[in-house]
Amino acid sequence: MTPDDPIARYALRLGDDALIMGHRLSEWMSRAPFLEEDIALSNVALDFIGRARLFYQYAAQRVGGDTTEDTFAYSRDVRDFTNLLLCELPRGDFAFTICRQFLYDAFALPFTEALSGSSDPQLAAIGSKAVKESRYHLRRSKDWMLRLGDGTEESHQRCQRALDDLWLYTAEMFQSDPLLDDLIARGIAVDTPALHEAWLATVSETLATATLSVPDTDVEVVGGRDGIHTDDLGFLLAELQFMQRAYPGLQW
Amino acid sequence: MDKANVSETEERTFQARIDAEEKIEPKDWMPEKYRRNLIRQISQHAHSEVIGEQPEGNWITRAPSLERKAILMAKVQDEAGHGLYLYAAAETLGVTREELIDRLHTGASKYASIFNYPSLTWADIGAIGWLVDSAAIVNQVSLQNTSYGPYARAMVRICKEESFHQRQGYNIMMTLMKGAKLQREMAQDALDRWWWPSLMMFGPHDGESAHSAQSMKWKIKRRSNDDLRQQFVDQAVQQAEAIGLVVPDPDLKWNDARGHYDFGAIDWQEFERVISGNGPCNRQRLAHHKNAHDEGAWVREAMAAHEAKQRSKARDVA
Ligand SMILES: [Fe+2]
Ligand SMILES: [Fe+2]
Repeated sequence: MTPDDPIARYALRLGDDALIMGHRLSEWMSRAPFLEEDIALSNVALDFIGRARLFYQYAAQRVGGDTTEDTFAYSRDVRDFTNLLLCELPRGDFAFTICRQFLYDAFALPFTEALSGSSDPQLAAIGSKAVKESRYHLRRSKDWMLRLGDGTEESHQRCQRALDDLWLYTAEMFQSDPLLDDLIARGIAVDTPALHEAWLATVSETLATATLSVPDTDVEVVGGRDGIHTDDLGFLLAELQFMQRAYPGLQW
Repeated sequence: MDKANVSETEERTFQARIDAEEKIEPKDWMPEKYRRNLIRQISQHAHSEVIGEQPEGNWITRAPSLERKAILMAKVQDEAGHGLYLYAAAETLGVTREELIDRLHTGASKYASIFNYPSLTWADIGAIGWLVDSAAIVNQVSLQNTSYGPYARAMVRICKEESFHQRQGYNIMMTLMKGAKLQREMAQDALDRWWWPSLMMFGPHDGESAHSAQSMKWKIKRRSNDDLRQQFVDQAVQQAEAIGLVVPDPDLKWNDARGHYDFGAIDWQEFERVISGNGPCNRQRLAHHKNAHDEGAWVREAMAAHEAKQRSKARDVA
């Protein structure tokens, strides 16, 4: 199920990030702290599902045959998924969801900006569409960081705890590997290791304003890009893929 | 003139404005009963939109394709938006959203009983969109001319979005009916379970409806329950037949003289049972809402605290 074509594999990674992130966000529907947030969270979730579809469609086009976007979402198992671990962690409380989103959005904005300059025209097109969304996502998650970090004692503590729990998973965003190195060299993939410094600056600045501290740890937990996930992804896929697994081969 | 006479004159003027199809606006004089009646109806409507997120939201994480997932997410998101417009309309009458949510949690305020049924299979998402949103459209179109301005305008906005909801639901049913035997059975089973609750959505027969006569006179309601129900049946029966579904009513038949479908008796005991809190999911629906609201309390507090800090900072600067 993992294609040989490196560009398709790269598109799948990005599609997996978006699908799994979108799934976690969509779990908030009808569970947000107030009605406006039901709407705002599902807006962001919809952006990610939309993005996943574009990446998967492109991968399907490169793979050919009767592969579709849904083949990738519904017919692969945990070991085939190559999303960042950060995206799959259970949604936790609202502070956890917001902190995850902020750490990711601060990465996604420079990432999509760079992707829109990819030498692969289709990746570039997806990138330029996503930039606008990511700009809004980051503005929104920054606002929330300020409110929660510099809100009440409780919200501050919840936020700091979430950041401490999440921090170990952020290194994976900037990790390099042979597939990435090859595609970076060809001007196709985004040079993610090079984004780390700018990301850290954005994050540190916002956390400081929000009276939160940058977690003091060197621990890095990685594995997603190799299909080594947390236990949670299996349960997520069991739910996501239920219909296609229970009733294979049908049109819905 | 004494006080009683003043209010009598005011009431007469008020009714004259209603009769002339003028819209009543928040700052206008209105009888206290009109205000209370409206708050009851609008908040019930708002709660329905919000509780309605649950049976459909249940399937967002399980939708059978990415396209269906995206469509369903957008649909449920719209319903949350409808809730928002309606709470805002109710707030113009001098209640807060917090009070309304509190009344929902204590059971003082109701929501559409149909959302107390479970969405067991994917076909239920089709049936809800097709039938429940159809019923909502029939009702809401009539309310675009309701006498209270903010409510009428909310209805206009909402109706614009509803036809997409109905179409996506019917499209799911159509796709199932074109599919394998098990898919056709799934669709029929969903129709069997959702048909009668959909008819109940229009409320008791005109003779038995507690609020109807006065609401019609004030033009809070524009058409009677039975009238709206008949329109819904006439539409839905034809839509069912067009895709090969059988409406689960042995008494259903076209009446040439009336120019409408005759249909069987509604089980009002079932209606009473569910509306009084003993449907399959009443407890879960309320508990889910209350739980989310309670868990969100610290977030709302943080927001308020942050705003207060920003305000005092701004004052210090000034
Ligand atoms: Fe609605
Ligand atoms: Fe709707």
